[in-house]
Amino acid sequence: MKVYGVVLFYTTSAALKAEKVLKAAGLEIKLIPTPRQLSSDCGMALRFDWPLAQTIEETLRAAQVEHAGVRQL
Amino acid sequence: MIYLDHAATSWPKPPEVIRAMVDLLERAGGNPGRSGHRLSIEAGRIVYAAREAVAEFFGAPDPMRVVFTANVTTALNLALRGLLRPGDRVVTSSIEHNSVMRPLRALERQGVRLTVVPCAADGRLDPGALARAVEPGTRLVVLNHASNVMGTILPVAEAATIAHDAGALLLVDAAQTAGVLPIHIMALKIDLLAFTGHKGLQGPPGTGGLVIAPWVDVTTLEPLVRGGTGSRSEFEEQPDLLPDKYESGTANSVGIAGLGAGVRFVQERGVEAIRAHELELARTLYDGLAGLPEVTVYGPPDAALRTGTVSFTVAGRQVSEFGLRLDEEYNILCRVGLHCAPAAHRTLGTFPQGTVRLAVGLGTTLAEVHTTLQAVERIIRA
Repeated sequence: MKVYGVVLFYTTSAALKAEKVLKAAGLEIKLIPTPRQLSSDCGMALRFDWPLAQTIEETLRAAQVEHAGVRQL
Repeated sequence: MIYLDHAATSWPKPPEVIRAMVDLLERAGGNPGRSGHRLSIEAGRIVYAAREAVAEFFGAPDPMRVVFTANVTTALNLALRGLLRPGDRVVTSSIEHNSVMRPLRALERQGVRLTVVPCAADGRLDPGALARAVEPGTRLVVLNHASNVMGTILPVAEAATIAHDAGALLLVDAAQTAGVLPIHIMALKIDLLAFTGHKGLQGPPGTGGLVIAPWVDVTTLEPLVRGGTGSRSEFEEQPDLLPDKYESGTANSVGIAGLGAGVRFVQERGVEAIRAHELELARTLYDGLAGLPEVTVYGPPDAALRTGTVSFTVAGRQVSEFGLRLDEEYNILCRVGLHCAPAAHRTLGTFPQGTVRLAVGLGTTLAEVHTTLQAVERIIRA
């Protein structure tokens, strides 16, 4: 079974910025409604294939996109 | 028809702006940033892209510090009422619009100490006079980047230095200059920039915002409106996060889509090219009016010190007569009266009658300016 991860955000603006940055880096991601068990900070989260977790965190850090954490689904 | 009311709102809007607004409604009609489904996400993307476009346009490094508001008046109210507390000192000029003067007069009644620095009769502000008024400990200096009445440009770069030397912030009202004069908040060291979307930026009415420089501490800038933001929904307190802190309630996504397209249109044209075009037109208009013996033209004679807005009066005649006859007999649309800026008209000596204001825009042609000059002359001689 495929294992997904999600990036959580404090604001939707940050989630949308992250989507832009990660897509520009050629990473496969998808904006989804934030899983309720993880957070209620912001209605949107970014889902990705879990093996990409480190690359995604590094890409977001390099682009100075603030996020509220990365979790395995 | 000759449209010379670009200082009120630009018209016609670029087709790209209209297309972007229709596209948002047809293709991406969800509530931006609220629901997480595809229509909500797509609307959110369009709003975010506009935020980035505005940030880049004004040289702001962080798009999260672009706060969208319903208009520049709301942005100015946010800055003024959000920052100033009883006992604070604030300094402004004598050519401000009521969007600044009315909130300041209301704050004055609540104990804010207001100093209005007189401008010269052509609207120019002497930086030395401003420096003398800005005492150490002043909280805020607020200035028109250019007057909406006669187009006089104020020295905002010098004002930034003066404000910062006294420990104050500088708030610039760019209603008349965004998209018309180059504005880079980092180069000019502007702390807070209030802009409208529907004039020089070619967007629709109902758009504007406040750009907050990266070094400004927003913990002391209170929101005007509190409410739902789509973030931190478990809390009943307003979040501190930007831009959400200042953007409660559903965004004007359709307007912001148009604003984003307008900003991109202006960027492609180039602000320098737009400025060069409007400066030439305004010079021709001002000099042509100044050549008529019955006419008094306001603002400095040097076109480089003005925007594309020119104001005049005719000895012994009412300004309203010119507004009506230009419209009915010559198909020329302008605005007469006080232009919501009684302070500016007092400075010019045109209060309470006001002036006839002709404001060129990026679509105005030299031929239209010549036709207008002929029309004014005919009305005077008739």
